[in-house]
Amino acid sequence: MTEIFSWPFAAEILPALLRGAVVTFIATIGGFFASLIIGAVLLALGRSKQTAIAWLGRGLVELLRSTPLLIQVYVLFFVLPDAGIVLEPVTTGILALGLYHGAYVAEAYRAGLDSIPRGQWDAIESLRFSRFAAYRYLILPQAIAPLVPSLGNTFITMLKDTPILAAITVPELMFAANDAGSQSFRYVEPMTMAAIAYLVMSLIAAFAVFLLRQRLGTRYA
Amino acid sequence: MSDMITFDKVDKRFGQTVVLDQFDFRVARGEKVAIIGPSGSGKSTLLRIIMALQDIDQGKVSLDGRPLWDAAGGKHRIKPTRKHLRDMRSLVGMVFQNFNLFPNLTALGNVAAAPRHVLGLSQAEAEARAAALLAQVGLSDKLQNYPATLSGGQQQRVAIARAMALEPEIMLFDEATSALDPERVGEVLEVMRALAHERDLTIVVVTHQIGVARAIADRICFMEGGRILEDGTPQQILNEPRNERTRAFLRAVHLS
Repeated sequence: MTEIFSWPFAAEILPALLRGAVVTFIATIGGFFASLIIGAVLLALGRSKQTAIAWLGRGLVELLRSTPLLIQVYVLFFVLPDAGIVLEPVTTGILALGLYHGAYVAEAYRAGLDSIPRGQWDAIESLRFSRFAAYRYLILPQAIAPLVPSLGNTFITMLKDTPILAAITVPELMFAANDAGSQSFRYVEPMTMAAIAYLVMSLIAAFAVFLLRQRLGTRYA
Repeated sequence: MSDMITFDKVDKRFGQTVVLDQFDFRVARGEKVAIIGPSGSGKSTLLRIIMALQDIDQGKVSLDGRPLWDAAGGKHRIKPTRKHLRDMRSLVGMVFQNFNLFPNLTALGNVAAAPRHVLGLSQAEAEARAAALLAQVGLSDKLQNYPATLSGGQQQRVAIARAMALEPEIMLFDEATSALDPERVGEVLEVMRALAHERDLTIVVVTHQIGVARAIADRICFMEGGRILEDGTPQQILNEPRNERTRAFLRAVHLS
């Protein structure tokens, strides 16, 4: 009796997959917030008036965008301990996701800032706002709303990038699904269930982005 | 009367284009001057230099006797540091053609922002000042409106209130009524006319709308090619222009 999808087997592996899904969720949330911060740092470096620092920032962005995430994950996992920094695999994974996607987030931030019309800066300068007050009260509130769709994409892409962390033994969802499959030689159930779990998490994230856009979009009207 | 604005042999070019050419210009305290002339004649650049949004290549510019720009051969003899520019800007307020209101703030928020975050007033004081200014420009019923929900004329009145909130001694209007529907010009002009009655406020208006110049100014300068070609009372410039270029410009404007 070889049915295509065994419900009892699915029920048996469900707890393990759910534990994996929780790790995936944590890695994605952690990586997302890391990328928001790292993106800001990379943009600030790239825009520095010191040429050397600006080159460093832009070089880092290019490096991070032009090499595979898997290699970056390996580098962090094997190189950081040599430098005396020993992190949990999941922490290393969050850092890797944050760096890789932070490079893209930096570009999104740049586009957001560049979308502020020249006239806004004329008004800001003529009213003598400090740089801090200008960003805090005028520029960032305007720049963030158009960023929401692209940051939402980053979140969902990052969610689907988390299986790469299995390579450094992070027990995330794909790791758990593979594990269940290799123990029983049944892959249909764990893979189907993992796919559904990613789908559900993506849809929830997309809905959250939709709600956020609605809120930000109506605020100025 | 002492000079509020002084331009001393100022050159300004953008690449090959000469915008100001050995430009001399004086405005006395409390004077209301309109600069008219074809587009590209350097009028807006003149205002941007006074607002310290634009530097000069050569010459000197002073406000209220204090040097703002001093340059020779493209080199600044007064370092245009942020502090220097911010200090000098405290004398000046500017109203822009496209209003440049902050879209993320209400009308009240737009006017209160600088008193709150630049002058350091309390939120209550800043909003009280903003509400009083918005009442002066006839917008007491629009305090909580965002710019997107205001007409062009209303937005420009908010922008005037916003510039006045820092109590400048010089007000600059850069084509302030040019982006408005014709039937909306009057309400903004009314506000500008009220400001023109303030004795000590120095006003420089750049416009190609003769009606605006006539309504505000006690002196009109015709500018073309980076120079002032004719300078006189509204009566003289508009009714008996002496310069051929002024006559040609006025004919063209009356035809349009």
